[in-house]
Amino acid sequence: MSEKSEKSERLSVFKTYKLYVGGKFPRSESGRVYEVTDSKGNWLANAPLSSRKDARDAVVAARKAFGGWSGATAYNRGQVLYRVAEMLDGRREQFAAEVAAAEGISKAKAAAQVDAAVDRWIWYAGWTDKIGQIVGSANPVAGPFFNLSTPEPTGVVVVLAPQASSFLGLVSVIAPAIATGNTVIVVASENSPLPALALGEVLATSDLPGGVVNILSGRTAEISPSLASHQDVNAIDLTGADAGLAKDLQIAAADNMKRVLRPRGAKDGDWSADPGLDRLKAFLETKTVWHPIGV
Amino acid sequence: MTGRYARRYAHVVTMPTVPAFGPEAAARLATMADVTASDTALRRFLHGLPGVDAVGLEARAATLGTRSIKTTAKSYAIDLAISMIDLTTLEGADTPGKVRALCAKGIHPDPTDRTAPKVAAICVYPDMVKTAKEALRGSGINVASVATAFPAGRTALPVKLADTADAVAAGADEIDMVIDRGAFLTGRYLQVFEEIRAVKTACQRPDGSAAHLKVIFENGELATYDNIRRCSWLAMLAGADFIKTSTGKVAVNATPPNTLLMLEAVRDFRDAVGVQVGVKPAGGIRTTKDAIKYLVMVNETLGEEWLSPHWFRFGASSLLNDLLMQRQKLSTGRYSGPDYVTVD
Amino acid sequence: MAFEYAPAPESRAVVDIAPSYGLFIDGQFSEAADGKVFKTVSPSSEEVLSEVAQAGAEDVDRAVKAARKAFEKWSALPGAERAKYLFRIARIVQERSRELAVLESLDNGKPIRETRDTDLPLVAAHFFYYAGWADKLGHAGYGADPRPLGVAGQVIPWNFPLLMLAWKIAPALAAGNTVVLKPAETTPLSALFFADICRQAGLPKGVVNIITGDGATGAALVEHPDINKVAFTGSTEVGKAIARSIAGTDKKITLELGGKAANIVFDDAPVDQAVEGIVNGIFFNQGHVCCAGSRLLVQESVAEEVLDALKRRMQTLRVGDPLDKNTDIGAINSAEQLARITELTEAGEAEGADRWAPACDLPSAGYWFRPTLFTNVTQAHRIAREEIFGPVLSVLTFRTPAEAVEKANNTQYGLSAGIWTEKGSRILWMANQLRAGVVWANTFNKFDPTSPFGGYKESGFGREGGRHGLEAYLDV
Repeated sequence: MSEKSEKSERLSVFKTYKLYVGGKFPRSESGRVYEVTDSKGNWLANAPLSSRKDARDAVVAARKAFGGWSGATAYNRGQVLYRVAEMLDGRREQFAAEVAAAEGISKAKAAAQVDAAVDRWIWYAGWTDKIGQIVGSANPVAGPFFNLSTPEPTGVVVVLAPQASSFLGLVSVIAPAIATGNTVIVVASENSPLPALALGEVLATSDLPGGVVNILSGRTAEISPSLASHQDVNAIDLTGADAGLAKDLQIAAADNMKRVLRPRGAKDGDWSADPGLDRLKAFLETKTVWHPIGV
Repeated sequence: MTGRYARRYAHVVTMPTVPAFGPEAAARLATMADVTASDTALRRFLHGLPGVDAVGLEARAATLGTRSIKTTAKSYAIDLAISMIDLTTLEGADTPGKVRALCAKGIHPDPTDRTAPKVAAICVYPDMVKTAKEALRGSGINVASVATAFPAGRTALPVKLADTADAVAAGADEIDMVIDRGAFLTGRYLQVFEEIRAVKTACQRPDGSAAHLKVIFENGELATYDNIRRCSWLAMLAGADFIKTSTGKVAVNATPPNTLLMLEAVRDFRDAVGVQVGVKPAGGIRTTKDAIKYLVMVNETLGEEWLSPHWFRFGASSLLNDLLMQRQKLSTGRYSGPDYVTVD
Repeated sequence: MAFEYAPAPESRAVVDIAPSYGLFIDGQFSEAADGKVFKTVSPSSEEVLSEVAQAGAEDVDRAVKAARKAFEKWSALPGAERAKYLFRIARIVQERSRELAVLESLDNGKPIRETRDTDLPLVAAHFFYYAGWADKLGHAGYGADPRPLGVAGQVIPWNFPLLMLAWKIAPALAAGNTVVLKPAETTPLSALFFADICRQAGLPKGVVNIITGDGATGAALVEHPDINKVAFTGSTEVGKAIARSIAGTDKKITLELGGKAANIVFDDAPVDQAVEGIVNGIFFNQGHVCCAGSRLLVQESVAEEVLDALKRRMQTLRVGDPLDKNTDIGAINSAEQLARITELTEAGEAEGADRWAPACDLPSAGYWFRPTLFTNVTQAHRIAREEIFGPVLSVLTFRTPAEAVEKANNTQYGLSAGIWTEKGSRILWMANQLRAGVVWANTFNKFDPTSPFGGYKESGFGREGGRHGLEAYLDV
């Protein structure tokens, strides 16, 4: 990001924004970047313009991470998510500046968004070891059987992050998916990808195993079709897709019966509202186990 | 487990199956001597048998119980069931008169229809063996006697052996012994094993022949299906000619699942050791419908080879009259009533 | 003399099948707009049982309109009143269960023992269970006053015609939706009899509409713009087409699709019960079961013993007249399905697997297939990967628990799995590792209205049964 050097004589150091894939920070394999500007059109940075190959690599990384992350205890996942919140909290000013620049809102409003985002991480961190008790059930079947239904993560989830809310919205779609044990490939807001790419830097230092969250920047319409049709992806969140793209992606997603979270109009616009359990439940499978009861 | 034994003892099972009461059985059992060499070895073997899932076993027995046996099949099953009955009286109030009446009934179960088959045996206490033997002379019906301090079995071994020898001397063709459930439940398997062997020896007659030995487990007291499977193998390894569910004197006697489990055990034992052993459910089997369910289980678990009085018996008393009434219904087309069968 | 069971046929007299049936729309039977009809035959004899209307797009539209019209009042009824209608239906199903069992066996080909002891009791239980939810929706965990979705378009398969109808209609009605249901082309009759049960129960007209027809009818239904919910049970191929067709709409969808379940037997399994579980897993309902345990994964150290026992057990299976009370395996549902089973089993042989089936006589008329076992099957064989949907078991072996998990999960499906071991901790570990919606440990093919059922991966999404099953029919 750039910095106006009105008061300081010192020339600022630009940051090279990179993708976050498999716990590492690669450039796009395509070598492409695109110009990211603030809301007034001023240059902020060059972001990697991800290719379909980057998307494929991200799926590999997410799949590789799935076993460990889904197999971790819910308590452990809660601890890691809480650690993410701690790390974010220490960098609130940086993110407030990123968000203000990206969304063209005041520093104060941006700070409020960042605070809300940190609080949301904490909220979801606390859900990891409770959601199973809320959505699971012990089923009183009519026979001598122990019968228990428990939620399990769906698997590798592609998340098309909201286009407008570059940070609070972003956090609001990532946190619930990984809280329940999924691993994700996030396609950042196309025009405002920098907070997402910066989030990758925080995640890398937050005890989160590499590959649990993978962040791509670029053209949503270019990257997402290959992800929607990818046979090793289990679900897709279409929040960041417009109606036309969403329809195409949903059609592609049917090839391997991906779970599809469709954008729900205004409900997806207001990220400050109580998110409820919808997003936690969206990428959970119910597993029911039977066992006889006898001596 | 049994399959693995079958392979280990392949040299045995390639020979034809021999009956448990036959002269070749001892040699077959001797090939299994390593598993009965010590308490530890026996325990390891018995606890290495496949487990029994109670719900699955009971579900299988219940499904077999839904078989609908009609017309010719029912007629066949009723006559077969009659021929498999150990017609039993085991009351403190038994008298020679009562026993003689029972024997007469065993020979001609239906006084109105001489085509009704005779029963397999008359089962009495040892002191009634002599009476029964005389009453059954020439009928081809065996005398079975409970022994070994039936039904509790809570006396010293010499008393049990004397009880057995006495019944055999009085002419018993078959001895129904009880195992020491206390010893079994405390894990003294070898003691139970040796006791069965000793009783088997006591079944021998001076002429070298022997009364057939039925070993009663008292399934209701063994409490778990795993125990019943282990007990089945233990008894068969010790030389039981028949394994029998119950005395009829406790709350839980023969049930379809515990009998099915014993049928599976004799099947596996035959596969592994090459010795054929019989099964006798006893207690609580009162109706034709019940009896047919047991025959269906034998048919679909063991097949034709066990569908004879040599290999399957019912320990019962009131069952016979119900079979006879059903038999009359089949031959006349109308339902019979208790006044048309004999009260004994 | 062997103990041969004499024929023990259930009486057909308890069921009166009309020579023809119309579409049940808005509480009345009517012909299709274009007058088209098709025949439904008994697969065990190829006898034509009846002629039913073939609904076209116009009829579908009429049914959806009737359901839409009925929705307003039905959804506004107090839950307790909706509950009473469903309780009535449950009771009438119980009262008429023998008639419906015989009808189902005739139209589907499945044994009367199963329709009588499994299908019909579960149908009644399902209506009872969801009846009780109708006035308790606010306690189901979906908000204080969850609303129904509207009109549900439901398409069900031929393997459990009336049971799948119950799985679809009971929760839909309890939640306040109205429905248009299309039974499978080869098994329309029990759904049409259900229409009569709705009449006896006094269900308001238009709440349940039954339209008969083929795949085109089903497509017209799920693609109808005025339905709010699509519920489908059937093949993964059709499920995918439906998922595509609802893209860009607000329709909510649940899909119960195919499966290729692994039934995993460890060396410390309760062998006799495992063998029963294997048999029940693949030969129940002729193997026409999406959650069938069609892949047996047996630990190498007991493979020989288990296979010997399994073959011995298979020899006692009784194949024949579905109405005979002693029949274990009935007829294959259709010539088309028989052709598919035949094709896949021929492929199994061609690919080098060893085929075995017990000797048994098959009736001369109708569609039949012997219970069949393939050994020497590898993960690469078609019979280990594709859903056969018939009485055909593919046997594979494994050496370690990890290998069992790897092979079990190596499929695009994820509906069910079986585990057989006496070791509790291993059961729970395996259950955690298996990517399947229903895991049966030391049992198989058990169903209950309180127990959520549904798949992972290409076996579909959404759950039927239990509190979870309500979610599919609520606007949440």
